[in-house]
Amino acid sequence: MTNTETSATLTAASTSKTLRGEPKGRTGLARILLGRDAVMIGLLLVTIVLFALFIPRFASPLTVGFLLLDVIPVLLIAMPMTLIIITGEIDLSVASIAGLTSASLGVMWAAGFDMNTAILLSILIGVAAGAFNGVLIAFVGLPSLAVTIGTLALFRGLALVVIGDNAVANFPPEYNAFVTSKLGATGIPTVMIGVLAVVAVFGVLLHFTPFGRGLYAMGYSKEAARFVGIDVVKSKFWLYVASGGVSALAGIYWTLRYSSARSDNATGLELTVVAAVLLGGVSIFGGRGSIPGVFASVLLIGTINYALRLGRVSEVVLVIVTGALLIVSVVTPSIGAALRRLGHERRIRRELPRSDGPGPTGA
Amino acid sequence: MNLSLKQRGRRRLALAGSIVSIAALALAGCASGGTGGGDAAEGGEDLTITFIPKQLNNPYTDVVLGGGEEGASAAGFASSQVVGPLDASASSQVSFINAETQAGTNVIVIAANDPDAVCPALEEARSGGAKIVAFDSDTNPDCRDVFVSQVVAKDVALIQLELISEQIGGEGEIAILSATANATNQNEWIAFMEEELASNPDYADIELVTKVYGDDDDTKSFQEAQGLMQAYPDLKGIISPTTVGIAATARYLSTSEYKGQVALTGLGLPNEMRPFVKDGTVTEFALWDPAQLGYVSAFAGQALADGTITGAEGDTFEAGDLGEREVGADGIVIVGPPTVFNADNIDDYDF
Amino acid sequence: MSTTTSQIAPPRRSRLSGLLRARELPVSIALIALVGLTYAANPLFLSPQGTKDLLLNATIMIILAAGQTLVIITRNIDLSVGSILGLVAFGTGSLFANVEGIPIWAVFAIGIVFGAVLGAVNGLLVTLAGVPALVITLGTLYIFRGVNNWWAGGTQYFADDRPDAFGGLAVDTLFGFPIITLIAIVVVVVLAVALAGTRAGRDLYAIGSDPAAARLFGIAIGRRVFFAFLANGMLAGLAGVLYAARFNSVGATTGTGMELNVVAAAVVGGVAIFGGSGSVVGAGLGALLLTTITGALTALRVDKFWQQAIVGVLILTAILIDRVASIRTARRLKTGAASEEKK
Repeated sequence: MTNTETSATLTAASTSKTLRGEPKGRTGLARILLGRDAVMIGLLLVTIVLFALFIPRFASPLTVGFLLLDVIPVLLIAMPMTLIIITGEIDLSVASIAGLTSASLGVMWAAGFDMNTAILLSILIGVAAGAFNGVLIAFVGLPSLAVTIGTLALFRGLALVVIGDNAVANFPPEYNAFVTSKLGATGIPTVMIGVLAVVAVFGVLLHFTPFGRGLYAMGYSKEAARFVGIDVVKSKFWLYVASGGVSALAGIYWTLRYSSARSDNATGLELTVVAAVLLGGVSIFGGRGSIPGVFASVLLIGTINYALRLGRVSEVVLVIVTGALLIVSVVTPSIGAALRRLGHERRIRRELPRSDGPGPTGA
Repeated sequence: MNLSLKQRGRRRLALAGSIVSIAALALAGCASGGTGGGDAAEGGEDLTITFIPKQLNNPYTDVVLGGGEEGASAAGFASSQVVGPLDASASSQVSFINAETQAGTNVIVIAANDPDAVCPALEEARSGGAKIVAFDSDTNPDCRDVFVSQVVAKDVALIQLELISEQIGGEGEIAILSATANATNQNEWIAFMEEELASNPDYADIELVTKVYGDDDDTKSFQEAQGLMQAYPDLKGIISPTTVGIAATARYLSTSEYKGQVALTGLGLPNEMRPFVKDGTVTEFALWDPAQLGYVSAFAGQALADGTITGAEGDTFEAGDLGEREVGADGIVIVGPPTVFNADNIDDYDF
Repeated sequence: MSTTTSQIAPPRRSRLSGLLRARELPVSIALIALVGLTYAANPLFLSPQGTKDLLLNATIMIILAAGQTLVIITRNIDLSVGSILGLVAFGTGSLFANVEGIPIWAVFAIGIVFGAVLGAVNGLLVTLAGVPALVITLGTLYIFRGVNNWWAGGTQYFADDRPDAFGGLAVDTLFGFPIITLIAIVVVVVLAVALAGTRAGRDLYAIGSDPAAARLFGIAIGRRVFFAFLANGMLAGLAGVLYAARFNSVGATTGTGMELNVVAAAVVGGVAIFGGSGSVVGAGLGALLLTTITGALTALRVDKFWQQAIVGVLILTAILIDRVASIRTARRLKTGAASEEKK
């Protein structure tokens, strides 16, 4: 009897903790204005204004073009990565998938395939690679961190097998030109239209569909998600398929932008993407995060990056700034949360003098 | 699409959209205030030059850039800058070129990590009025004005073959330990070596058994060297046409039973190779003076910018203390012959 | 994954040793098979020089994997180890170059303390702020690397700058074993004993199996996790000093990209990525297997382009075996509990 009583208070306490730690309600204007997203977007705008004022030549359509061309691969891959991390999983193999598609595209083109066919087949290769991850993680139930470290090595290895030490460069010029072309005088690259479409699809999927709400539920608790009727296995599988497909798009973009297909294209991009997603307010434990926040975060890192280059500040500074931003961004809210939690626990203890206030599980 | 969305959702989307468009507007609006890129300076007094090496924080690069900075001030550039990536990957140089394009730099001097990956960006810089000098490692010839090469590529290849042939007595198995599999200059030298091995009767008894790549990484090169010894027990010599590779291989040989048994030569920095020459691991190796490479590049850039040369074959320009240089076929400028270092002369050099 | 580990956790005390042994078995078999096959094809692989190289190559990775195991067992991860190693290795080089006649033991001590300080930064951020280690150490990976770049610039220190006795550590042998490999073995043995035989060591498993239960049990989670990071930092520091002894140059990029290899070595060695199980010995064997495979493939003259793909397959196989093993163990524990009840 006492047992059930304690467990009841336990559940009550932990639920109220979750609610308190979160802004109330997942939709609504208030959340946008006060939440993490708003902070990120505000930070981005302030950064842009400051740079425009203090860095000579920053405020120019050229900046818009070069900057966006630089961030597109990260922006693309960050979309499925956001959804995956929200479910409490991770995908470290994305950059290797991009490398593998880049290598395959080059080899197929060199072998005389029609360019459009080669691009289509490369996307299919990316989708297949994603499905391979998905099967191991969703159906077999292996931990995603470990699996994708393995496929990170495997897919990069296959890229090497496919293209070896060759580089394919002579892609049709119209394809290269299209990738770097701009929309009139705005400086915005034409491909941004497609990229924004991808962002919109993932944004709608995450924030406005039952599927998206299911992902948050999975991030909080897989058991609970299954209990309320979410097909955890299938959802996860399709996320990895999507991640593979989008990584393939990034790989193709990479190949055409640099007009160079090599086995080492996009090496190390996975950590950049994860860093951008986490900076955008996505919790590594799952259950929290949003597309606007990640979008702003990718642009923020890209802007700082480009401005520093324009100001000829060494990349060393950028590396340190990225790391520091990442840490500050997670430490600040958690200090706030810790203070709130402390107050909350004290209140609970006051109200329920006999029960030991159970702490959160923490790290 | 909006019909299926809930009311609140639509508002949120609209807000996010408007923030993005405000940001875009802000950028575009400020644009009129900016100077834009590529306005070439009129007089020779305020010309700017920027060096983009393969990778920053690399000892060989530092020597090259030291010479470059010296050349830039001697040639009369108003400002000279060094920017570049921390990693030597194919695409990492592109955003630096973009930033320089936008900064309106007059001369960009670049050592390409990938001959093609940098091309579109360099084309854009040229259309903005910048002159492009490739040095150390060439880009695709279509997207630069001149290439300042250490030495004639074929000479570098041949001198390394001569050295190894001498050291192994003209016969036996040899292997090549190179930088990355895509490195332009290394691959060119290797191609010349293979051609020469196949055609020159003096080398008929030398067999090139394999090529391995240490990726210009100390650890990886070290382990590749080690793997070579096991895979090819009869190996007589190694050619490593890269400063990182030869030093790592020398380090392995000098700490193993193969010291003195397996010959090693290639391209190395005297300061890095000194202990291995003194302890007998390495007899002779070659290199040019990296500082001169940077020095000549700066003068080539100056000559291009003020219109003295166009990069056509037969053009000549003054390269400061080093005297006149001529542009050869394919827009290639040769700095000078390689130097061979051995126990007798290595102490005379400090780089 | 977490459900299976928490099922195994309760009868831990009696079954722990058997369970651990089972987890090390697959990697041992793979290692023996690999070495055996390679030796059969190319006897030079196990020549005195070949064996020595094999052990020397694995040494640094073994030490890093052992340290990483401590952290992973507590359901954390340290991605900054490559950056720590780089900083300490460069620090070692600059100590020898700038402090005339500094004794070698002092360099080791300073290197380990330096590593400990960096590890403590990770540990403090993770425990005090209660933030996931993956995020924190991804951040410090960048920061430490940035500091290294800023500190070193284009400077590199070469083997020539260091005393011969120091470089000799990486070559000299004792009873046929390279001295630095013996150091690595001592590290593994000490950690293995500490993990299995001390209260603090067992606490680490408890924290990783079920943090909430560990807290209810009265385990000082924060302090234990902090010390795991501290110890990992010390070991990365030790590895950094040894790196400087073994390799020719240390500079701004030393140790770049090592982190995922270290985690991979631990995973291949049967350390569960979500904590609570695995052993230092297994991780050490995993490191040995991964470094051996590169050497073995070269000795077998397998096309170098296949090497990385094979490493990937190996990692996936290890996780699969681990999964099968843990399902089987869980089943065995269930039936075992049932039969005990019958008695």
